[in-house]
Amino acid sequence: MIPEFGQLALALALCLALVQATVPLFGAARGRADWMALARPAAAGQFVFVAIAFGALEYALLTDDFSVSFVASHSNSALPDFYKATAAWGGHEGSMLLWITVLAVWTMAVAAGSRSQPQEFASRVLGVLGIVSAGIIAFALLTSNPFTRLIPAPADGNDLNPLLQDPGMIIHPPTLYLGYVGVAVPFAFAVAALLTGRLDKDWARWTRPWTIVAWMFLTAGITLGSWWAYYELGWGGWWFWDPVENSSFMPWLMTTALLHSLAVTERRGIFKSWTVLLAIAAFSLSLFGTFLTRSPVMISVHAFAADPTRGLFILGLLGLFSGGALALYAARARNFEAEGGFKLVSREAFLLANNLLLVIAAGVVLVGTLAPLFVDVLGFGTISVGPPYFNLMFLVPVLPLVVLLGMGMHVAWRSMPGDALLRRLRWPAAAAVVVGIAAPLIFFGTASVLTVLAISIALWVCASSLLDPVRRLVFRTGAPLTRGQVGMYLAHFGVGVFMLGATVASAYKVELDVSARPGDTVTAGGYEFVFKDVRKLEGPNFVADEGEFELRDAGTLVAVLTPQIRTYQVQREPMTEAAIDTNVVRDVFVALGEPLGDNAWSLRLQVKPLIGFLWLGSGLMVLGGLFAITDRRYRAAVRQTQQAAAQPATGTA
Amino acid sequence: MKSRTQRKLFIVAVLIGITVAGFLTYRALQENLLYFFSPTQVAAGEAPQRNFRLGGMVLAGSVKRETGTLNVSFVVTDNVHSVPVKYNRVLPDLFREGAGAVVVGRMGDNGEFLADEVIAKHDENYMPPEVAEALEKARAAQNQ
Repeated sequence: MIPEFGQLALALALCLALVQATVPLFGAARGRADWMALARPAAAGQFVFVAIAFGALEYALLTDDFSVSFVASHSNSALPDFYKATAAWGGHEGSMLLWITVLAVWTMAVAAGSRSQPQEFASRVLGVLGIVSAGIIAFALLTSNPFTRLIPAPADGNDLNPLLQDPGMIIHPPTLYLGYVGVAVPFAFAVAALLTGRLDKDWARWTRPWTIVAWMFLTAGITLGSWWAYYELGWGGWWFWDPVENSSFMPWLMTTALLHSLAVTERRGIFKSWTVLLAIAAFSLSLFGTFLTRSPVMISVHAFAADPTRGLFILGLLGLFSGGALALYAARARNFEAEGGFKLVSREAFLLANNLLLVIAAGVVLVGTLAPLFVDVLGFGTISVGPPYFNLMFLVPVLPLVVLLGMGMHVAWRSMPGDALLRRLRWPAAAAVVVGIAAPLIFFGTASVLTVLAISIALWVCASSLLDPVRRLVFRTGAPLTRGQVGMYLAHFGVGVFMLGATVASAYKVELDVSARPGDTVTAGGYEFVFKDVRKLEGPNFVADEGEFELRDAGTLVAVLTPQIRTYQVQREPMTEAAIDTNVVRDVFVALGEPLGDNAWSLRLQVKPLIGFLWLGSGLMVLGGLFAITDRRYRAAVRQTQQAAAQPATGTA
Repeated sequence: MKSRTQRKLFIVAVLIGITVAGFLTYRALQENLLYFFSPTQVAAGEAPQRNFRLGGMVLAGSVKRETGTLNVSFVVTDNVHSVPVKYNRVLPDLFREGAGAVVVGRMGDNGEFLADEVIAKHDENYMPPEVAEALEKARAAQNQ
């Protein structure tokens, strides 16, 4: 019965989403306050029913109800309860329900957070979110129902893919979805602005915190996925330019551009049309990512067994949402006049460059992701675009982007004399170049031109981000930093740290595949790996061979590493669990492969310098976002508009 | 008037930029594209000298190891033609006989494919689409 309740709840949620998608929008167009007032109750009701549906799926999973098709194919009675619960997003149907749930959470947050904004505007935002929600719920009910029954029910389930039985998988998808789906919020704000015809500094100040929060989740989600791939896929890579990775990375690039463009709109009242376009593009790419993941067009390590009707449905939704928004844009954009100009050396100009380069970077990723599709459709054969394309082409916009980033932070709004900027930045720049050349030569002995360039640029951003905080905290000069500024410096410092990690880990990794027997000692990357033993081990739902390695540095024991190769009982697939010894400056990575006969095993040994900086850098970016949204002006703005709203309405134009 | 000239200059600069970027992208794509070939295409001599992707089923009973070393050989087949493959790194978890596989590398001198990379998928039930298509084509060609 419970699954049927779940399905019913989802259908009711669709009805409420349709109400939310229509009545408040008509109300806003007609100036009917009572119709507009329906937006919040409809959103709240929708949230309740979506939560019931999600709860019903969780109930079916936790009670091993294998008469539900989704449960039968993604869970098993021997699965630990923990993973039964997270199996909800271990397959397509459950993932879509998670998407819907996350959107309902965002809608509730917007409903609560927009009370201080004019009713007409808030109703339109919620109305647009209702349209998105209705589309996705209809998609789930019509093509991907998680509650479909399987009669007769199998005795036991097919189990969760062993790769997904991992703590990283518990948090990666929900976090990523919070970001991915959260991009719908700036989209809704943009469309509401187009409908209202009001796009000013206030609008940008309302939109920006939401954009930053979505961006924070997106950043964290992508990083968690990368981290999971690094230790769980078993072979030590952290980014593969896989279509599914790309489909979360493109919205990230666009959202990053959007939050910078919003900074200009908020501060100066310019870049309005551009900001709106970016918001539309970011959300379109996020939907397009859903299309890529859910349709058979892409060859990907992530590709779930796919179904063409699903792809077509999502493509239809994409056309509807993006096409509708763009048509509206075409009709209304001319109303948005810039409120001021700027000079070549000004914060605005640097942010414009930031935006163009980020959009180019997203374009590079898009071309590489779609090229196989076009070549195939045009009948030129089946191809794949290798990581070398991305690794090379991505740097073309990104290196100048990061160079300009280091300068842009110190440029004044409107205009600034160029020589003043140069005077300010020459010492950090010189230091970055000197250290960038010297450090790789001292620590690693060799350095290519590209490596030196990338390390210098990374250090340059770090140094430039520290300039003002150091001046303030150590020398006690200059104005106190606002939280917004602290956030900016932190996040940009994070960019530098990330880039340093990515460069050094890629350029100086040591990777060795060997065959070895217990008792052997293998040397790689300056460490000795003493292969002690392999023994059998039994887990809750798997058996494993566990290797024991002593990691020694010039004879001194550093760590004991125990990589496993697991065989899960239901799906009978072997799975590598690598063992990693982490410290601040490097990871040492051991993965046990397969028995090679004659007591020998295949091993992959890796030493990855500074790889931890990748996760650290991303963490700093997220932390920077956290500082930025707690800036006084957002809190002050809320108080101010609340007071304004408390007074009798005096028009919202 | 000045602003109009400036705007024209700006547009020209943007167009030049786009052209250069497009050309660079095209070159980078061309150099890094990996074409896919099936064993039947390889048997027909269509495979290039440079790196490409070969896909098919790993023939049951064909995986042979040189005991105690990483050297392994196996046969990739589309059930009509077969290509022997040599590889000397760690095989991915999901590699097994009778399952689909895609290998990246190039042809050696004696008709053997020298693989640099063996690709396996997340999902053991999942068949790489290009492999499924190659098997289907080979089967159709044989039935004619």
